[in-house]
Formats: sequence, C-alpha cells, structure tokens
Amino acid sequence: MSSAAYTRTTAEPEWVLPSRGRVGMFSLIGAESAVFTIFVVAYIFYIGKSVAGPTPADVLELPILSTICLLSSSLTIHLAVRALHQAKVGAFGLWWFVTMALGTIFLVSTGREWHHLIYDKGLTVSTNLFGTTYYSLVGLHAFHVTVGLLIIALAMVFTLFRKVKPEHGERAEVFSLYWHFVDVVWVIVFTVVYIIGR
Amino acid sequence: MRKASTADADSEVRQARQVRSLAREVAAIAALLPGVLLAATLCFGAPADPSQIPSIFRPQSTPANSILHLSLLVLAITGAIFAVVFSLLAYSVRKFRQRDGDDGREPAQVYGSNQVELAWTVIPILIVLVLFLATARVIHSIQDAPKPAGAIEVIAIGHQFWWEFRYPTLGVVTANELHVPASNPANSTPTFLTLLSADTDHSFWVPQLAGKTDLIPNRSNHIWIDPQETGVYLGQCAQYCGTQHAKMLLRVYVDSPQQFDEWVREQKRLWVSNDTVAEGRRIFETTACVNCHAVAGTVADGRFGPDLTHLMSRDTIAAGAAPNTRENLRAWIEQPDSIKPGSLMPAMQLNEKDLEALTDYLETLR
Amino acid sequence: MSSESIALGTVIESARPIGERLHDWVVTVDHKKLGILYILYALFFLVVAGIEAIIMRIQLIVPHNHFVSPQTFNRMMTMHGTTMIFFMVMPILFGFGTYLIPLMIGARDMAFPRLNAFSFWMTAFGGLLLYFSFIGGNGLYGAGTAPDVGWWAYAPLTSRAFSVGHSTDFWTLALLVSGIGSIGAGVNFIATILCMRCPGMTLGKMPLLAWLNLVVGGMVIFCISPLTAAQIMLCIDRYLGGHFFDTQAGGSAVLWMHFFWIFGHPEVYILVVPAFAFVSEIVPVFSRKPIFGYPIMVAATIAIGFISFSVWAHHMFTVGMSAYGNSFFVFTTVAIAVPTGIKIFNWLGTMWGGKILLRVPMLFCIGFLFQFLIAGLTGIMLGTAPFNWQLSGSYFVVAHFHYVIVGGIVFALFGAFYYWYPKMSGRMCNETLGKWHFWLFLIGFHLTFDFMHIPGILGMPRRIYTYEPGRGWELWNLIVTIGAFFQAAAILVFVVNLLWSLRKGEPAGNDPWDAWTLEWSTSSPPPDYDFATTPVVRSRRPLWDLKHPEDPDWKYE
Ligand code: HEA
Ligand code: HEA
Ligand code: HEC
Ligand code: CUA
Ligand SMILES: [Cu+2]
Repeated sequence: MSSAAYTRTTAEPEWVLPSRGRVGMFSLIGAESAVFTIFVVAYIFYIGKSVAGPTPADVLELPILSTICLLSSSLTIHLAVRALHQAKVGAFGLWWFVTMALGTIFLVSTGREWHHLIYDKGLTVSTNLFGTTYYSLVGLHAFHVTVGLLIIALAMVFTLFRKVKPEHGERAEVFSLYWHFVDVVWVIVFTVVYIIGR
Repeated sequence: MRKASTADADSEVRQARQVRSLAREVAAIAALLPGVLLAATLCFGAPADPSQIPSIFRPQSTPANSILHLSLLVLAITGAIFAVVFSLLAYSVRKFRQRDGDDGREPAQVYGSNQVELAWTVIPILIVLVLFLATARVIHSIQDAPKPAGAIEVIAIGHQFWWEFRYPTLGVVTANELHVPASNPANSTPTFLTLLSADTDHSFWVPQLAGKTDLIPNRSNHIWIDPQETGVYLGQCAQYCGTQHAKMLLRVYVDSPQQFDEWVREQKRLWVSNDTVAEGRRIFETTACVNCHAVAGTVADGRFGPDLTHLMSRDTIAAGAAPNTRENLRAWIEQPDSIKPGSLMPAMQLNEKDLEALTDYLETLR
Repeated sequence: MSSESIALGTVIESARPIGERLHDWVVTVDHKKLGILYILYALFFLVVAGIEAIIMRIQLIVPHNHFVSPQTFNRMMTMHGTTMIFFMVMPILFGFGTYLIPLMIGARDMAFPRLNAFSFWMTAFGGLLLYFSFIGGNGLYGAGTAPDVGWWAYAPLTSRAFSVGHSTDFWTLALLVSGIGSIGAGVNFIATILCMRCPGMTLGKMPLLAWLNLVVGGMVIFCISPLTAAQIMLCIDRYLGGHFFDTQAGGSAVLWMHFFWIFGHPEVYILVVPAFAFVSEIVPVFSRKPIFGYPIMVAATIAIGFISFSVWAHHMFTVGMSAYGNSFFVFTTVAIAVPTGIKIFNWLGTMWGGKILLRVPMLFCIGFLFQFLIAGLTGIMLGTAPFNWQLSGSYFVVAHFHYVIVGGIVFALFGAFYYWYPKMSGRMCNETLGKWHFWLFLIGFHLTFDFMHIPGILGMPRRIYTYEPGRGWELWNLIVTIGAFFQAAAILVFVVNLLWSLRKGEPAGNDPWDAWTLEWSTSSPPPDYDFATTPVVRSRRPLWDLKHPEDPDWKYE
C-alpha cells in the first residue's frame, strides 16, 4: 500500500492552516504569562510583610519617563512592521532603530534606579522580603527587555547590511508580539509595584 | 449508527451458559480481592497487640469518629461504582472477545450514542453532588466546632525530630508524650491543640484520635480531640521533616481525670537538689547540655532540645526512638546516633566516669 | 516494498562508521530520531529510578532494618520520585508524542525541528545535572550528596539553613533546565498540531492522540511555567540570599506549597492524558470499532485540562485551610471524576459489541482500564477532605499514585510500546515474551501496590526509612517488597524483548495491526521524509476508508 492513494483527486477548497510562527509565539507568551503571574502573586502576597525596612514607600519613585519610553516603543515597532509589510525597508529601519533606542532608555533608567536603591538606600535582594520580591519581579521583566533588545539589535545589524527583505515581515511581526507582551507585563508590574505596593 | 455486518450465530443456549459462567467468574474475582485483604487484615491483627495498631478504623475520639463515618459512606459509594464498572469491563472482555473460527468480518461500526453518553455524564454528576454535600458537612462539623469551657489547652511545637508540649494554663512543659484527660459526654473536657513549628514542617497524626494537621513555621493551626477511653494512643509525624522524620514518634496518654490532675501536679514540681548526684549535675551544667536543655529549678534553661525536668516520668526517650532505660539513656548521651542517626543532639565526648555520673543525675529528674 | 528496503537500509547504515552514525543522532533534528532518543533516555532512567525503588523496598522489608542509612534512604526516595516524574514518564511521553504526532497528522516533521532538538537536550542535560549531585552535591563536610528533600521539596527544608551543601541546588537547577525543555516541547506540540495537519484533517478529524497531545501541550505551557518560576525563586533564595521561602524573615512555607501544587496537580494529568491517548488509539483497533463518542472524548479531555488547574490544594488539605477553602477544593476534586468517568465509559463503549483481540497491546490496555478505575476511586477517597486528613502523607497516598502511574500510565506505555514498536523498528515484538512481561508485571504490580494501601490505613506515614514493629505493618511491607521484585523481573523481560525483537523479530510490514491512522500508511520504519506524498484525509480513519471503499467513514461523520 502506498500513501500515494491519499493524494487529493477532486478539487477541494484550499487548505489553510494558522501560521506556526504566530501559534508558537502565542504559546510561548502563554507560558511566560504564567511565569509572571507567579511572580506577581508572590509580590502581592508579600506586600507589607517584610520584618525590617526599608519599605516601598521609603525608597521607590515612579519611573514615569522610562514607562513612557517603553510603552511608546510598542507603537514604533508596530509602525516598523507595517512599513516592512509595505516593502518600505528604509522606514522599517528607522522605526526599528527608534524602538531599540526607546528600549535602551528603559533599561538604562532601570539600571540607574537599581544603582540608586542599592548604593543610596541600601536595598538588596537579601535585605528583606520587599527587596527579594522587588528585584525578582522587576529583574525578570528587565531580563525580558534585554532579550528583546538583543534580538532587535541583531535585526538592526541585518538591516544595516541590507539583508532584511519585505518577506521577513512575518518574522518581524511574530517578534513584535513578544515585544508587545513585554510592554503589557510592564503595565502590570508598574501597577503592582509602584501603585498598589507603595 | 451504521448497519450491522452480520448477527452473531451463537445459539441461545450457549449464550446463556456463557453468561452464567461469566457471572460466576466475575463474582469470584470481585470477591477475591477485598476478601483476601479482609481476611489478611483480620488474621494479621492477631500477632500484634491490637491496641498498638494505630488503625483509622478504630477511632476513639469524636473527630476520628465522624471521619470514619464519612469514610464508610465514601467507601460504599466508590465500592458500588467499582462493582458496576468492573463488571461491565469483565463482561465485555469475555463476551466480545474474538473467538476461534471467527469469520474475519468487521463488527458493526458504532460511532456513539447521545442518550447513553448523556446518562453516563448525568449519573456521575449526581454522585459527585452527594459526595460533596456529605463531605462539606463533616468538614464544618470538625473544623468549626466551638470550644467548651472545660477544654484543656496545649501548644504543640514541632522540632526537628521531637515534639514540645506546653500547657499554658497549667504551667506544664513536656516533650514527646502528650497527656490529656479522658473526656466524657456529661463533663466534656476536650483538648484543643495549637500547632506551631520551630523549624520545618511537621504533621501531628494520631489516627485513632483525629486526622492529621501540619505544624508549619510562621503559622498556627488548630485541632481538637476528645478521647473517651483511657490508654496510650500511638502516632507519628506525618510530614517529611528531614533525616529522622521516621523516628519522630508521638504518644498520647489518655488519663482518667484524677490521674491527669496527679500528673499535672507532678510535672509542676521543681527539681529537688540531691547531693548524691552533685557531680553529675556539675557535668550537666558545665557541659553544653544547658544550652539546649532546661531543668526547672536549675540554671539549665535551653530550649533547643526537650525539657528534661521530668525526664524520668516519660516512658521513652528521643521521641519514642527507645524505651527510657538507664542503658538507653547512657547510650544516647554517649552517642545519640547509635539510637537515632541524624538527630540534632551532638555527642558530647564524655569519658566513662562522667557518663555514669551524668546518667545518675538524669535519673533523678523524675 | 518494506522488508526489502529495510534490509537495504540496514546494510547501508552498518556500512557507515559508527562515529558518523552517532554523530547523526546527536545533531539530528528529525522528529523520529528525537522521539527515539527521548524514549531510550527515559528507559534508562526507568531502570535507574527502579533500582532506587528496590533499594527503598529492601530497607523496608522488615522493621528496624539496617540496609541503608536514613540519609541514603531519603536520597533514594527523593531521587526516585524526581527521576520517575521528570526524567522517566515525562520524557517518554514526549518521546512518543514527538515520534507519533507528525506521522499521525500527515506531516513531515514537527513545526520547529530545531526547538525539538533543543527541548530534548535540555531535558537530557537536566537529568545529568540531577545525577551529578551524587558527585558534586557535598559542598560541606557531612552535608551529603544527592538531594534529600522529597520530590515536592517543601520550604523551609530547602533553605540553606536546613539543606547545607549543594544537593538542593542541583535539584532545583535540574528541574529549571528540564522545565525549559518541557515548555519548548509543549510549544512545539501545539504549533505542530495546529499548523502542520495534512489537507483534509480538520480539528474534528484528527486522531484522538493528536487531540489529547494538544491538550497536554496547553497544560505544559501553563503548568510547567509556574514550576519554573518557583524554581527561579528558590534559586534566588539559595544563591542570592533572597527570602521568598525563608520563614525566619517572614517568608511563607505555604506559598511554596501553593506554587508547587499549582504545577504539581496539572502535572499528573500531563502524565496521564498521553496515556489516555495511547488507550484511545489501541482500544478501537483491537476491538475493531471506531472510538465511541469522539466529540465527547475530546470535550472531556478539554474539561479535564481546565478543571485540573483548580484542584491543586487537595494536596494541602492538612495545612489548615478554612472550612470553606477545604470544601471548595473537595468540590473541584470530585468534579473531575465526571469527565474522567466519561472517558472510561467511552472506552468500554468502544469495546462493547466489538471483536476484541487479546494481543499484548490490548492486554495492557485492559490492565490500564481496570487499574485506573481503582486508582481513580482511591483518588476520590483522598479528595474528600476529612478522609484525606487521615490518609494524606501515609502509604495510602503512595499506593494511590503508584496505582495511577504504574497501574495506569506505565501499563498504557507498555501497551504503546508493543503497539508502535513495529512502526519504529520495522519488526514485531515477540508475543510470548510480551505475554510473560504482561502477566509478571500484573502480578508484581498487584502484589506491590494493592497491599500498600493497608499500612496507610493502619497509620504508616510515607517517607520513613524504618518503622516500629508491632503496629501491624510488617506483613504488608514484606509482600510489597516481594512484589517489587516481580516488577523488576517483568521489566527485565521487557528489555530483553525489545533487544531481541530488534534483530530477530518478524518483519512487520507497513500495517501489522490492520489499523486506521496515517502512520500505518507509510513504511516501517518510516522514511526520513515520513510520507512520499502528502496524504489527504476525509475522515478520522483514513485507512479504513481506503480498505473499505464501499463503506467509508466519511459518509457517516
Ligand atoms: C498521574 C496521574 C494521577 C491521576 C490521573 C490522579 C487522579 C486523581 N487523584 Fe491523584 N495523585 C497523583 C497522581 C494522579 N492522581 C500523585 C502523583 C499524587 C501524590 C503526589 C505526592 O504526594 O507525592 C496524587 C495525590 C492525590 C491527592 C493528595 C493526597 C495527599 O497527599 O493528601 C488527592 C486528593 O484529593 C488525589 C486525588 C485524585 C483524584 C480525585 C483523581 C481523579 O482524577 C480520579 C478520577 C477518576 C475516577 C473517579 C475513576 C473513573 C470515574 C468513574 C468510573 C465515574 C464515576 C465516579 C464517580 C462519580 C466518583 N490525588
Ligand atoms: C513515574 C512515577 C513512578 C514510578 C513508575 C514508580 C515506580 C515504583 N515505585 Fe515509586 N514513587 C514515585 C513515582 C514513581 N514510582 C514518586 C513521585 C514517589 C514519591 C517520592 C517522594 O515521596 O518524594 C514515589 C515513592 C515511592 C515509595 C515511597 C517512598 C517513601 O515514601 O518512603 C516507594 C516505596 O515502596 C516506591 C516504590 C516504587 C516501586 C517498587 C516501583 C516499581 O514500579 C518500579 C519497578 C521498576 C524497576 C524495579 C526497574 C527495572 C528493573 C530492572 C531492569 C531489573 C534489574 C534491577 C534490579 C532488581 C536491581 N515509590
Ligand atoms: C545542640 C543541642 C544539644 C545539646 C548540647 C545537648 N542536647 Fe540533648 N537533645 C537535643 C535534642 C535536639 C534532643 C532531641 C533529639 C530527638 O529526639 O531527635 C535531645 C534529647 C535529649 C534527651 C532525650 C530527651 C527526651 O525526652 O526524649 C536527653 C536525655 C538529652 N538530650 C540529654 C542531654 C545531655 C545529658 C546533654 C549534655 C551532655 C545534652 N543532651 C546536650 C539537643 C542537645
Ligand atoms: Cu517531623 Cu516529620
Ligand atoms: Cu492532585
């Protein structure tokens, strides 16, 4: 018996399946959101349970600027992807670069915040429960931003070497899903850490 | 549904015979398993002293009793489900087995049936509801029981591999062997325990008195018991807590009210100094012993190990790991690992003479 | 075509130098090779963790035995549990999934072949890390070697204060690493099943195995990741001095329990759903009927998937939740009996009115049905909280879950081995040895795990390296230990059968069982590209349609 017996004989409607890139990315995002959920739950659970100071109210300041940067980078990456779909590689490169710059600003300001907390306020992971949960949650998010930025930087290099073609639009779009996800997580982290937790 | 390929050619007689022999077989198998288990339980109960078997089927206190009642209901329901489903399984394997001389044709291809499927969805839902309601009732009756005025209060603290019991209202501290008065319906004196932990998780489990509840650091849990028969009830730590989780045994002495009062009086006595063991006492108080152990009325006030004020009033040492005899005490102090490898008491490297003197001293702690 | 081309294939294969062939396996991204790697890797760990179980059983054969020290026993207990769950059952199920899914949905490979290889090697690396603890685990004098905190590693036993040395570090890293591999496998399963189906195979026409693995994929991504998160926290505690689970600094021991069981309970369904998948493929073929009630089978599986995320605290009935909390989890726990029962009844419905062929795969499936029924019912007993207050933490629980895992999952696995071995190797497994394997394992299983319930009822806690005489536990422990040796013998027969049949087994041909799903339409073993031409299907049983052109399935579905 050979499998040839199954080749289609009659004309049937076209067989379309979802794109595996998207499905894969959505699954990954599902898994990541479960990871973040656990960290957020731990953060909320331990609000106010530290046995020693400093408390969030003592040391945290609202990171408004970096938040604006990160959130607007969602818009710019969207514009970049749209440009690529429309085969405007130049515009793509521009928006892509802006995204990278905004992400970098975010990371740098997180770094400065941490520096301030560690050296001026004496808050480290092992200081108290607040320190532990704060650095873990914000750090986990920052780690995701870093990974995203590395990928963006790689794609930027390809763009500079003129290796990016309109047919890569699908890939850029799949990646942009990840970037949007990281932004959404920041909204939650921001709310929990800087608003509820303070 | 689809058409049948062919009807089976079995004659009626043969079928009837088959069904009968099948029924016998099913009955035999179904009876065998629980039968064997039951028979074995019964005859094996014999060599051991039955009162030493901490079986959940011989409850001696209200919580354990109401649990048993629920358990019997659950066992009956699950037993019935088992009987039905198992019979169906055995029947279909017997009945629909391919015989020798089969014509090789495929049987009727049936894809499903909405009515049947609905039935076997709805019936289990009903059973689930019954189970849930019965269970919720028992949960509330045990967990939300009010505390009567005559209740005895005990704080039980789990330590790595031993139990500390404090009676805050009676001013008594002891270890490993919990004494409680028998309670009778007319004058109910249940014991309410607050469960705490000094290090890792433990679990308080005396099957004949109540279900288990964990002792967790940073958290206080509560259980109660109201045993009615005097005697000793055995249990042990039921939550893995480290190397010697196995030898964190637990004994509950249910005394008559008079015995209990007597016991409390004894426990409140301080140590009376006794010159014949002055040397042993000196060793005890100059070696590290006092860092970990307390003897009321002396300088020893450590809390890391069991309170030794009335050591000799206990039947066992080291959380039931050995009977409380002179040889065992001596062996324990010389090398705790010989009795309980991995216990947190260090060997003190004493010489023979000091060991003797120290043991003499311990033996006066009655 | 098959036997000739296999023979040819073997000749060409063996003509190539061994190093080159090994290299092929190491760098492979082919789903069939990776599947087999997963399976072999898991079989190795079955024997390792089985030997650990035997060591525990020898220690427990009589009270106050001195076969091993308490420390060694606790390590064996932890390693046995961890290995069996994470490095035996999970990989072996992923292995079957990786091997079978593309073949059954008519695809040439998984959606992400390189991710597939990555997942396997992460899992493999995790296992190595865990076992490296035997060498690298003793950071401090006397701190010992392998982890000894139990497979749930409850806090604060895992904190540095109570677990000195590095054994717990290896434990947590091993699960972190292999967890990432598992998430990769979950993502891959989902993407493959949703995006790689051959033309005509709508979701409603997929084999049940594909459906069930889709559900498993979904459960993996949502339930392994909490474990990963919890392990990250534990690492932060242990390496960076954090306080997540440090009860001295206000941390909570109960939080870890919640995190662990939010993973732990769905996990056990991740283990059992692929076993359901095997049974759902094997029972119809050996009853010569299509699966009874396909849509409701799918619905029940999805229901199990969802409900299983709401029952985790039934592992925590003894931690002192409120009466309402306890009642809630009792409800969800017993509710899961409904969809599970539907599955059992539908398998019975499939057998009903069929022509049941008692070949070895089917024998194992019948064993599965029988044992899973009992195991589920003991689960119900555990699920009624007050009963659980007595049974939890006792040998009754140990008996319950071995009943599901060994009596259910491992039986279904063995069934799957006998069923798909011809496809993977091109040769049939020996039927006589198979029957020996079945009966020996059945006897061993029942000796071991039937009698394990009793000491639990008589008050014997689990995880104890020794016990007191005179409590009525001796006889049962003796029988249980004897049973374990029967199981070992059976597994020995199984391994011998696998090896023997590889060389001497009868050539299988494409379709030895006269089955209906796509994997049987290609040669055994399948060629690298799986299918010469992409198949097209019109029903759930494409090969039935082909064999019965006068009466095809698609007319009825
Ligand atoms: C691997 C698979 C697996 C499966 C499928 C199950 C299935 C179930 N398990 Fe089990 N379980 C484990 C693996 C598994 N378990 C493990 C590994 C542990 C212990 C971990 C550890 O502590 O180390 C454990 C522990 C465990 C506990 C905690 C015990 C404790 O430590 O205190 C509980 C408590 O509720 C429980 C309950 C259940 C229930 C209700 C089911 C249900 O899904 C069963 C449903 C099936 C049926 C009920 C039978 C068929 C149904 C019918 C015939 C319909 C009619 C029936 C009714 C209406 C009742 N299990
Ligand atoms: C996939 C899961 C799985 C499987 C298959 C098994 C299989 C077995 N398990 Fe295990 N077990 C667990 C998962 C599993 N277990 C878990 C999760 C725990 C809890 C751990 C914890 O508490 O943290 C546990 C705990 C556990 C305990 C309780 C330990 C304790 O609480 O103190 C015991 C005790 O009897 C036990 C026994 C066995 C036996 C006899 C088998 C047998 O079925 C094994 C049979 C296999 C073999 C024997 C290997 C093959 C043999 C050969 C190739 C022959 C040559 C070998 C020799 C005889 C030397 N297991
Ligand atoms: C580092 C702390 C420590 C020191 C020092 C120590 N012990 Fe202990 N001791 C313990 C602990 C902990 C236990 C409980 C062990 C167990 O049951 O697992 C114990 C148990 C005992 C018991 C049994 C008590 C009972 O009721 O079961 C005796 C008797 C005892 N110790 C005597 C001594 C003597 C005598 C010394 C000094 C020579 C000493 N201990 C020094 C910690 C210590
Ligand atoms: Cu204490 Cu186990
Ligand atoms: Cu569970």
